[in-house]
Amino acid sequence: MEKVLNGKAYVLGNNIDTDQIIPAEHLVYSLTDEDESKKYGHFALSSVPIEKAGLPEGGVSFIEGDNWQSEFTIIIGGSNFGCGSSREHAPFALQKAGVKAIIAESYARIFYRNSVDGGFLIPYETVDKLIDKIKTGDQLELDLENNILKNLTKEEVHHLKPLGEVLPIVEAGGLFNYARKSAMIL
Amino acid sequence: MGMTITEKILAKAAGKRNVNPGENIWLNVDVLMTHDVCGPPTIGIWKREFGKSAKIWDKNKLVIFPDHYIFTADKYANRNVEILREFARDYEVENYYDVGTERYKGVCHLALAEEGYNIPGTVLFGTDSHTCTSGAFGMFATGVGNTDAAFILGTGKIWEKVPESIKFIFNGNLPKYLTAKDLILHILGDITTDGATYRAMEFDGEAVFSLSMDERMTLTNMAIEAGGMNGIIKADAITEAYVKERSDKSYEIFESDNYAEYFAVYDYDASKLEPTVAKPHSPDNRDLVRNVSGTELTKCYIGSCTGGKLPDFRFAAQILFGNTVKVPTFIVPASTKVARLLEVETYNGLTLKEIFDKAGCQIGQSSCAACLGGPDDTFGRAKDKDVVISTTNRNFPGRMGSKKSEVYLASPLTVAASAVTGVITDPRDFIND
Repeated sequence: MEKVLNGKAYVLGNNIDTDQIIPAEHLVYSLTDEDESKKYGHFALSSVPIEKAGLPEGGVSFIEGDNWQSEFTIIIGGSNFGCGSSREHAPFALQKAGVKAIIAESYARIFYRNSVDGGFLIPYETVDKLIDKIKTGDQLELDLENNILKNLTKEEVHHLKPLGEVLPIVEAGGLFNYARKSAMIL
Repeated sequence: MGMTITEKILAKAAGKRNVNPGENIWLNVDVLMTHDVCGPPTIGIWKREFGKSAKIWDKNKLVIFPDHYIFTADKYANRNVEILREFARDYEVENYYDVGTERYKGVCHLALAEEGYNIPGTVLFGTDSHTCTSGAFGMFATGVGNTDAAFILGTGKIWEKVPESIKFIFNGNLPKYLTAKDLILHILGDITTDGATYRAMEFDGEAVFSLSMDERMTLTNMAIEAGGMNGIIKADAITEAYVKERSDKSYEIFESDNYAEYFAVYDYDASKLEPTVAKPHSPDNRDLVRNVSGTELTKCYIGSCTGGKLPDFRFAAQILFGNTVKVPTFIVPASTKVARLLEVETYNGLTLKEIFDKAGCQIGQSSCAACLGGPDDTFGRAKDKDVVISTTNRNFPGRMGSKKSEVYLASPLTVAASAVTGVITDPRDFIND
């Protein structure tokens, strides 16, 4: 696991559900075919209402034009991030688009598990309400060893909640690697 | 210390005497269910991770229901069903219910019940958030993603954090103008879409135990809409009769200790509640139907694992009988069994299907259909700025197919009353208690 992640912030509100992250009509593409799976990146966050896309102003496309990768690699979310369906396509789509970490006030259970067990994203929880403090486009530095988020644009520092009991799975890169490391499976 | 029903079932599945909320435990899984959207990627991960030695831990415990994107020309969607078909053939999965055959069942959550996979006291995982539906049978059931499902597929085990429980008690009698849908929408308004995150939602009280299994499943089905890990209702004589008719598996009935600890307890008088809706764009955006009555509609929809079971259509038929719908109204029986029963069940001498046909409704084939939008050619899908009232479970932006559309969630009585008038209508305009 990398110790420091750098990236531009993309800020979203509360209750970003899996239909907004990857609309159901796109759940048909292969996740294993390298080329076809880029569609997930292309359609990531495509159902977020445009006025709520990239806060505080809104109207910021996560993916430009025909691209499948985003210039934003750290998502700042409100409460209940990833609520709704069990589709693992949601953290997969964000990872495909280039997202490395999500920093939200809280998560829905299945999205959180999928992010961790699938090894797609690092789901951090905030101590403070960061969606009012960080702007889309702010340059961020995430210190994974010390659970600190630095906003380089605003020169502010935010403390994050430690990953706690899921840390070993995150460090291993997902449930299967973790289970192999701890000799649960071959 | 006392234990809740959820804690007791999880303890048994973990091989422990006691478990405590917050504790991470490894569970032995009794049934793994998957479908056409999450089955193919689950199989992909399972093959990648276990390689040539990939083996299904127990073929009898794997159940596959294609149900999401079935009646579509979408080539990718059809390819997913083909992947399931090949997998079932290659690995000799008997519990595969193929599309285009007599075995095809429709929506997985109802099919699990109908086919006898819901057994009190057991643990069921599924690659669908509404897997919590099965909790109506006094069992632990929850949704997981593809990686977790692939892990179960190869090992029969999965980790889970023991949830705290919240108890919802509905005392009194349910009036004729209310259904289970009104009860769960009412709860959602109280606790919001993350009020039960990582928690168990236990339903209790005489109004709950007066419900049929189908109606109980409407309550547990929407536990996930509050973020709940599982919804659960203790098995009683109604449960036992339902299960015995469909399965000869043995079962164990658990119940919460009187002195079990709860995160919170909510007490309701069912007789005092009113018809309820969730307004756009969240299932917790609760209001009373009478406060939004008169809202112009462009579509009505009765279907899904939440609102497409037999009692939902019985409710709708009571109001649609002898009336004509004013806006396009889509009927989607959740399962093929329910579809057949629409032609058998009668109300005032007409079959339910005849009532819906005469009222001018369009009846679709059993599947998840437009509940989650789906491919462009999906039956009943919301288009453009549609204003829809629906018996389904979610109304997040874009959920039913168009992000410009607005979706109201309501009971089948409210949807049927609204279909007849073309505007949101309180079912008490048609039904008195």
